[in-house]
Amino acid sequence: MVEKALSTILLEGVFVKNFLLIQFLGLCSFVGVTKDVKSASGMSGAVVFVMAMAASVSYALYNFVLVPLKLEFLKTIAFIVVIAALVQLVEFIVRKHVPALYRSLGIYLPLITTNCAVLGAVLINVNNDYNFSQSVVFGIAAGIGYTIAMILMAAIREKSNIVNVPKAVGRGVTYAFFVATVMAMAFVSFFGVIPLE
Amino acid sequence: MSKEVIINSVAVLAGLGLAVALMLLMASRVFKVESNPLIDEVAELLPGANCGGCGFAGCASCAEAMVESGAAVDSCPVGGFETAKAIGTLLGQEVSEAEPEYPFVLCQGGNERCVTLYDYEGVQGCKAALMLCDSRKGCTYGCMGLGTCVRACPFGALSMGEKGFPVVNKNLCTSCGNCISACPNGVLTFAKESEKVHVLCRSHDKGKQVKLACEVGCIGCKKCEKECPEGAIKVTNFLAEIDQEKCTQCGKCVQVCPQAAIVKVD
Repeated sequence: MVEKALSTILLEGVFVKNFLLIQFLGLCSFVGVTKDVKSASGMSGAVVFVMAMAASVSYALYNFVLVPLKLEFLKTIAFIVVIAALVQLVEFIVRKHVPALYRSLGIYLPLITTNCAVLGAVLINVNNDYNFSQSVVFGIAAGIGYTIAMILMAAIREKSNIVNVPKAVGRGVTYAFFVATVMAMAFVSFFGVIPLE
Repeated sequence: MSKEVIINSVAVLAGLGLAVALMLLMASRVFKVESNPLIDEVAELLPGANCGGCGFAGCASCAEAMVESGAAVDSCPVGGFETAKAIGTLLGQEVSEAEPEYPFVLCQGGNERCVTLYDYEGVQGCKAALMLCDSRKGCTYGCMGLGTCVRACPFGALSMGEKGFPVVNKNLCTSCGNCISACPNGVLTFAKESEKVHVLCRSHDKGKQVKLACEVGCIGCKKCEKECPEGAIKVTNFLAEIDQEKCTQCGKCVQVCPQAAIVKVD
């Protein structure tokens, strides 16, 4: 197998395999925290941090503990524990240093634990046999892709407050899903940018 | 599956759990948030409705302001005297009881007695209707009856009456004032229970225009002003206003008003 260049992995994670809009992972926060740009960007920052940390920690855990002991089947549960701990750590940090953000994120901050995007990024790393730097880059890239989608979505939903939306659709979750559909169709056009092997 | 695999799995997961627990324990020490325990105690005493009637973002911020920056302990209109007293005891401040005030509708035009100029079918809401065009009523000062105040009430204390203006349920009302700030025409105001006599009109139009639009509007004839033995009523800009401090609730103005715009409530 040819080693993938880090730049390819980065672009792949951000655009071609965008977690929210192409792989449809982590949709809970995509709909829940995108009512305004401020909390969306705060949430994204937390997710980027958790993804990057989770990618590196789980790489070490998988390759230095689970593989030598032939316990690869434990990877899902072990990664969940790692992610949960990291989320808890982020929660401590955010509560200490950005209390306003802590209040506006509310329940969604602890919910990163069960955000399948984070676990997804980690498992994709393992399945693709990425080495350490590739894992970390893919984790960060996935986080950046998540951020881009979140902020675009939040901006669109903010603007939608001053336009006419059909009554049957409303401005709530239904509207968010319509917007997500259109955005996902736009992101599909990135497929041609990087040739996938 | 050999025994070894089972033992290894248990050992790895237990070890992982232990390592994570230790790390979190340390992190919780390092990132401990020092908060004044008084804030939590005050927040416990507040109603927790987060209505914003106090002017702060919610009950938690109100409690913080009371403890940290010296906001008045009776800032919460919802909790009323009891809450203020409890918080006052906690923070060592004296509280005197103020008479409760309720929102009061200063208009009695409604559907029956005030002319409706056109059918409005746009976005339901007084502010939205005003953005589109002038009030759908003949009178531009009165209640438009589209229920912006009803929707602004977080406690369900307001309802749109059959006559086309809101009715206040004093049992549910907590005097948070959300309805009063929601009304674009300023038709709602706070009134104390003991204030019985009110001019139920806000129209500054001249008498002739008021009569064309509304059966019960104040035309600014000044009869009440002359009749009042206390000098409590003053007509400014074709609208009578009662100084509640001077009013003795004798009811003479109510009898003399040709438009029945002054009312003594029970």
